[in-house]
Amino acid sequence: MRSALTTLLALLLAACGEKAAGPDMAAILAEKPPATLAAYGLFSDLAAREPAKGVVAYDLVNPLFSDHAAKHRLVFVPDGETARYEDDEVFDFPVGTVLIKTFAFAPDMRQPSVDERYRETRLLIHKPDGWAAFPYVWNAEETEARYSPAGAWLDLTFTDPQGNAIQTEYRVPNQNQCKTCHQLGDAIAPIGPKARNLNHEGPYGHAQLADWSARGILSGLPDAPPTVPDSSDETASLEDRARAYLDVNCAHCHRLEGSASNSGLFLGWSVDEPTKLGIGKHPTAAGRGSGNAVFVIEPGRPDRSILTYRMDSTEAGIAMPELGRSLIDADGVALVRAWIAGMETAASGD
Amino acid sequence: MRIMITTVASAALLAACGGPEESSSEALEDTAPGETSVTTPGTLEAGEDFPARLQTALIEAEEGATIALPAGTFRMSDGLSLDVDGVTIRGAGQGETILDFSGQRGSGEGLLVTSDDVTLEGFTIQETKGDGIKSKDADRIIYRDLTVEWLGEPDEENGAYGVYPVESTDVLVERVTVRGASDAGIYVGQSDNIIVRDSKAHYNVAGIEIENSTNAEVYDNDVTDNAGGILIFDLPDLPVMGGNSTRIYDNDIYENNTRNFAPPGNIVAGVPSGTGVIIMANDKVVVEKNTFRNNQTAQVAIIAYSEPFTDEDYNPLPRNIVIADNSYENGGYNPQGELGAFAPLLGGNLPPIVWDGVTRWGEEEDTDVNLVIDEGEDIGFVNLGLGSYPINVSNAAPSDQRPDSEPFGELQPVKLAHAE
Repeated sequence: MRSALTTLLALLLAACGEKAAGPDMAAILAEKPPATLAAYGLFSDLAAREPAKGVVAYDLVNPLFSDHAAKHRLVFVPDGETARYEDDEVFDFPVGTVLIKTFAFAPDMRQPSVDERYRETRLLIHKPDGWAAFPYVWNAEETEARYSPAGAWLDLTFTDPQGNAIQTEYRVPNQNQCKTCHQLGDAIAPIGPKARNLNHEGPYGHAQLADWSARGILSGLPDAPPTVPDSSDETASLEDRARAYLDVNCAHCHRLEGSASNSGLFLGWSVDEPTKLGIGKHPTAAGRGSGNAVFVIEPGRPDRSILTYRMDSTEAGIAMPELGRSLIDADGVALVRAWIAGMETAASGD
Repeated sequence: MRIMITTVASAALLAACGGPEESSSEALEDTAPGETSVTTPGTLEAGEDFPARLQTALIEAEEGATIALPAGTFRMSDGLSLDVDGVTIRGAGQGETILDFSGQRGSGEGLLVTSDDVTLEGFTIQETKGDGIKSKDADRIIYRDLTVEWLGEPDEENGAYGVYPVESTDVLVERVTVRGASDAGIYVGQSDNIIVRDSKAHYNVAGIEIENSTNAEVYDNDVTDNAGGILIFDLPDLPVMGGNSTRIYDNDIYENNTRNFAPPGNIVAGVPSGTGVIIMANDKVVVEKNTFRNNQTAQVAIIAYSEPFTDEDYNPLPRNIVIADNSYENGGYNPQGELGAFAPLLGGNLPPIVWDGVTRWGEEEDTDVNLVIDEGEDIGFVNLGLGSYPINVSNAAPSDQRPDSEPFGELQPVKLAHAE
């Protein structure tokens, strides 16, 4: 008995020692996820503010709207390996890659870094048999984030970026809901890290894609990778801004390989057929989500377009996206409304 | 005693390196993430945190597992989902295990299945905010002995579809009851190899709908009090089109006279209240040996898709349709909706079998739609003679002449290897 105890203590101490050394490939590639975020060794502190060596912060030109959450993104690519550049899709990341996204709220989101509190951290890990998603929920002290496959509902109170007082039930998605948005054909895949959506100055103050190349985590970067405008950049065209917004907020499901494939409504950046984009398109399975409108987009008539009706709702069964938000993105709605309002009406045939 | 020391020591060490196994069980509102009182996979007890425990069991199920639900009514707070192959979810029976979604806060359906070889049986789903049960890209699924219902009077605010398999191969729906769907009670879309049988579709806008699908059999169903009984549709601008080869037989299709309560904009919102079967823009559909009675608009309507479309791969006409050996009693006595507009031309009533007579799209050539009406001479038929769209009552040239036609042979029986 005594020797067993000694062995156990030795093992535990050894485990501690490993963690301090940086990302733990055994934990990253394990079949079952560790119970705590700390066990991966992706951070050098318990509060996950200090990325471990090899863990790189990044951000996106246009983030998905998630109830005004601030998001802190990091990527870990195993030592000596690189993500292979792709022009249109997410980069081809090697097995062992971890994409880390922490969702945080401050009491006043006009000053998001003041008294910011971490609420959840989602990991997307490229396991040997494909990507898998793992939600971790932070405790109140922000000392520990625990694996939470069933997700959680969090009561949140904060002031939004427009200065409105918000009280909401924030949904930490369960593991299957992670998959719903990240579905790509029969597998799951990351959504955000595409060339066009990374192609700007990143958090380290450098051109982000070139910086990834220089750090040795990206290979095959061409001279002129594609770009999309920041959807809030008023110097860009309304159409490009709206399309960039829909690309990031809708097209992960609304594409031929996505969870909403059966709708026939495809909202990706490179879609160019008007009907596929919803212009003059009847709904397929909208039910009361149609809001009594006949077309997904009726040119010139945002009030009679299903797209804006569903963006402007928080009600289950109507709201789009179906997952990932319980608030309305008023800026996004205004942008898409303005785009539809500016369309030529002749195409609708009325 | 020593064991206790070991535990304490381990816990202390783990705490020191930031990975305590014994969580301080922080209260996270109404769920306890990662925590579950399920002792063995496959059994689930009633009690606290049932929704979270059920969802966790669905996530952590091993391939091939059975998850048994206890009897009782359980209030669900969010949509459920299953993405593990070969899982059976088995309740204590229809009306015995009731999952009540009236307090649902998120998701587009009550239960979403995205894995293959799943069997759902023996439970009731009520009052979902969106669809009842959806299965997508879920091959060899079985829906059996289920009830999906919205309570109260038919309501525009009810969810769209009751059971909703889509983009799947080998779909079985049997002994399922659906009430109150604001679109279709039993809806199969963009799928291949389908059987819907021994089921009840009551008080939906459409009782049973097979859309953009191939090789389907719909038989021995009880279809009443819907606005439209059974719809066989094909729609443009979808990834899967070219619906064909559906056989509808031995169904009881009666008194489908509920008002059409579909929210406008949806294709079924155009279904006239009181229609038994509608075949729209489909190839090779056989309607035989069914019983029709008291459907106020028409027992059987055969029509083209009537909206403008740009999809060049889409065929908006019905073609190769067989209507044979059905029994008809008292229909078409109070025609509603778009078909109702033609009734004055025919003295106010419509005969049991109504064809819009559309044979071409716009300026294109006439198509031989090959409509086989193989019924006794006493069974009324009308060809509204519209020729082409758009629909305009003034273009109608009604005729009771049955069109020349040629039987196209038997449809291959649908075999579902997973459900013999």
